[in-house]
Amino acid sequence: MTLSPRTALLSHWAKQPWLWSFFGALGVYGLVLVFARGHGAWNVLTTALAFSAFTVLVGIGQMFVITLGPGNIDLSLPATIGFASAVAMKVMDGADSRIVLGLAAAVGAGWAIGTLNYLLIRLLRIPPLIATLSSSFVIRSVGISYGRGLQIVPPPGFAYLTTARIGGISLLALLVLAFSAIAALLVKRTVYGRSVLAIGQNMRAARLAGIPVGRVRWLTYTLCGGLGGLCGAFLAGFTGGSSLDVGAEYLLTSIAVVVIGGTSVAGGMANVPGLWGGALMLFMTSTLLNASGLGVGARDLFTGLIIITVITLAGGMRQARQG
Amino acid sequence: MSLSQTGDRLPASGAARGRQRAPRGLAPILLPTFSLLIVLLAINYFNPRAISYFGFNLMLNLAVPVTLATMAQLCVITVNDLDLSIGAYVGFIACVAATLLASRPWVGAAIILGSVALYAALGALVYLRQLPSIVVTVGMSFVWLGLALLILPTPGGQAPGWLHALVSISPPFVPFPILAALVIAGVMHVVLMQTAFGTLLRGAGGNEAAMARAGWSMLRIKITAYALAGLFGSLAGMALVGVTTSADANMANNYTLLAVAGAILGGAEFTGGRISPIGAVIGALTLQLAAVALNFFRLPDLLPGFRIPSEWQVGAQGLILILILAVRAVISRSEP
Repeated sequence: MTLSPRTALLSHWAKQPWLWSFFGALGVYGLVLVFARGHGAWNVLTTALAFSAFTVLVGIGQMFVITLGPGNIDLSLPATIGFASAVAMKVMDGADSRIVLGLAAAVGAGWAIGTLNYLLIRLLRIPPLIATLSSSFVIRSVGISYGRGLQIVPPPGFAYLTTARIGGISLLALLVLAFSAIAALLVKRTVYGRSVLAIGQNMRAARLAGIPVGRVRWLTYTLCGGLGGLCGAFLAGFTGGSSLDVGAEYLLTSIAVVVIGGTSVAGGMANVPGLWGGALMLFMTSTLLNASGLGVGARDLFTGLIIITVITLAGGMRQARQG
Repeated sequence: MSLSQTGDRLPASGAARGRQRAPRGLAPILLPTFSLLIVLLAINYFNPRAISYFGFNLMLNLAVPVTLATMAQLCVITVNDLDLSIGAYVGFIACVAATLLASRPWVGAAIILGSVALYAALGALVYLRQLPSIVVTVGMSFVWLGLALLILPTPGGQAPGWLHALVSISPPFVPFPILAALVIAGVMHVVLMQTAFGTLLRGAGGNEAAMARAGWSMLRIKITAYALAGLFGSLAGMALVGVTTSADANMANNYTLLAVAGAILGGAEFTGGRISPIGAVIGALTLQLAAVALNFFRLPDLLPGFRIPSEWQVGAQGLILILILAVRAVISRSEP
C-alpha cells in the first residue's frame, strides 16, 4: 500500500520524539497564561528564550558526549562553567577592548579541560563518568583558588551584549539559535557528526569501518568543554560578574534537556531541536510553579517527575521499536 | 545500563579472560589500604597529635554518614547501575530526621520507610522499562531535593536526642567513627561477598542475561539492590543529622560524587559486579582523611608560613582518585 504524501508526512512527524518536548513546553506555557489571565504572554516567552539560551548551549555539548554511547557523560560541566567564568572576567579585566580575548580564553580553558578529560579516559582506561568526575574535583579547587577575591565586573560592552534584546528577543538567544542550526547540520551533514553517531551505535564497528574513533571522541569532549567555557563567560556577563557556583545547576539540567529533547541516552541518535523544547519546558515549568506560589521545592519535585516520566515513555518507545 | 565503555582499545579477549581468572582475595583492597596508610603517615608527620583517640574523633566526625552513603552507592554499582541521587536523598532523610522524626516519631519513621520502598520501586522501574539508571536517578535527585525543601524550606530543625546520643558514643580505646567503619565493612563484606544472596547481586552485575536464564528473578534482584541502597542512604541521612544536629536540604549534595569516588577508590569496577565492600569503606575513610591532612601540611623550614588553602580539599580528593586509577591502570597493563 502506498501512502499518500500527506499521510507519509504526518507519520514522519509523528515519529519525531523531540516534538513531544515542544508540545510539553506549549502545554505548560498555556497553563502559565491561564494563571496570569493572559497577561505578559510575550514577556514570559522572551524571558524563557533568554534563559534557555544558556541551557541549550551546554546541552549541545552534553548531547554530543552522550551520543558517543553508553557511559559517556560529562560530569565536569559545572566546574568548567564556573572556572571559565572566572577566566573570562579576569582576562577581560573590565575593558571593552578585551572582550574577544576573554571569550577566547574561556573557550580555551574549556577546550583544555575537555582534552584533560579525554586523556584521563584514554590513558587510565576508565569510564568517562569517573574521568570527568575526578577532573571536576580538581577543576573546582583550581577555580576557587584562581577566582578567590575576584570582584571584577564584566566590561560594559559585554554586559550589554549578553543582556541586549532585538525586537524584545534576547540577542544571546538568537545567537544560540543560529549555533543550534549549525550544530544540527554538524550532526546530520558532516563527517564528524556522522562519526559521532556511528561510534554511539557501535564503537567497534565504527573502528573497523576506519573511523578515527580516538580523534572523534577527543573532539567531542573538547567541544563540550569549549561550549561550557563559552556558557560560563556569557553567564558572567549576564549576571554581572563571575561566580563559581554559577554552573552548579547545569549538571543535572544539561542531562535533563538532552533526555527530554529526544536524544537517545543509549547513544547513536542525537537531536538538536529537542534541546530547545526541553529547555523551554523546564523554564516554563518553573515559571508556572513560581507563579502559583508553590515555591522552589515544588519546582524541583515537578522537574524530577517530568524527567522520569519522559524517560519512562521514551524507554517504552525504544522497546516497542525493538519488539 | 552498562558502563563498560572505557578506553579506546578493546581488550583482547585473552587478556579479559585472564583478568577474570585473577584471584580476588586480598588483592583488591591492597591498593586502598596502601593509600590510606600513606595519608595516615602524612598526618602523623605533620601533626602527630592528630593520631589519637580524640584526633580521630575530630578528623572523622563526618566519616560515618559518608561511609554509609558510599555503601548505598556500592549496592547500586554491584548491579551495574549508578545512583546520582544519593546525595539529595541523604539530604532529604536528614531533613525528615531533623523535623518529623523529632516531633512526630511515627510519621517520620513511616516517611523514611516509605522512601526506602520508593527506592525499591525505582529498581523495579529501571529493570522493567530497561531505563538508564543515570537518567532516572538524575530525575530522582530533583524529586528528593524538592521534597526536602517542602519539608524544611530554610536550614534548621533539631535532631532527635537519641540520634545525637547514638553518634556521640565514646567506646573505650577505639574512636566511634573507626568502630562504626569496622562494623559497616564487616556487615557489608558478609552480606555482599559471603552470602548466597550477595552472590546473586554480584552475578546480576556480571551477566544479567545468564542470571535470568538460570531462573533467577532479575526483577527481585534489582529491587533488593535498590532497596538496600535506600536503606543505607537513610542510615547515612540519620547519621549525618545526628552529627550536625540541624539540617539543610542541600547539605549532602556533594555526597553523590564522594560516594562514587569512595567506591571506585576502594576497588570497585563499573562492570561485572566486581566490588569490594571493605575496600570501599577504606576508600571513603581515605577521602575524608586526605581532606583533613591538607590542613596539617606545613613545611616551616622550607616554606615558612606556607599553608595549603582549604579550597584544595576537593582538589586533593580528585588527585588521589586520579593517582589511584593511574596506578591501577599501570598494574593491569603489566599483568600478563
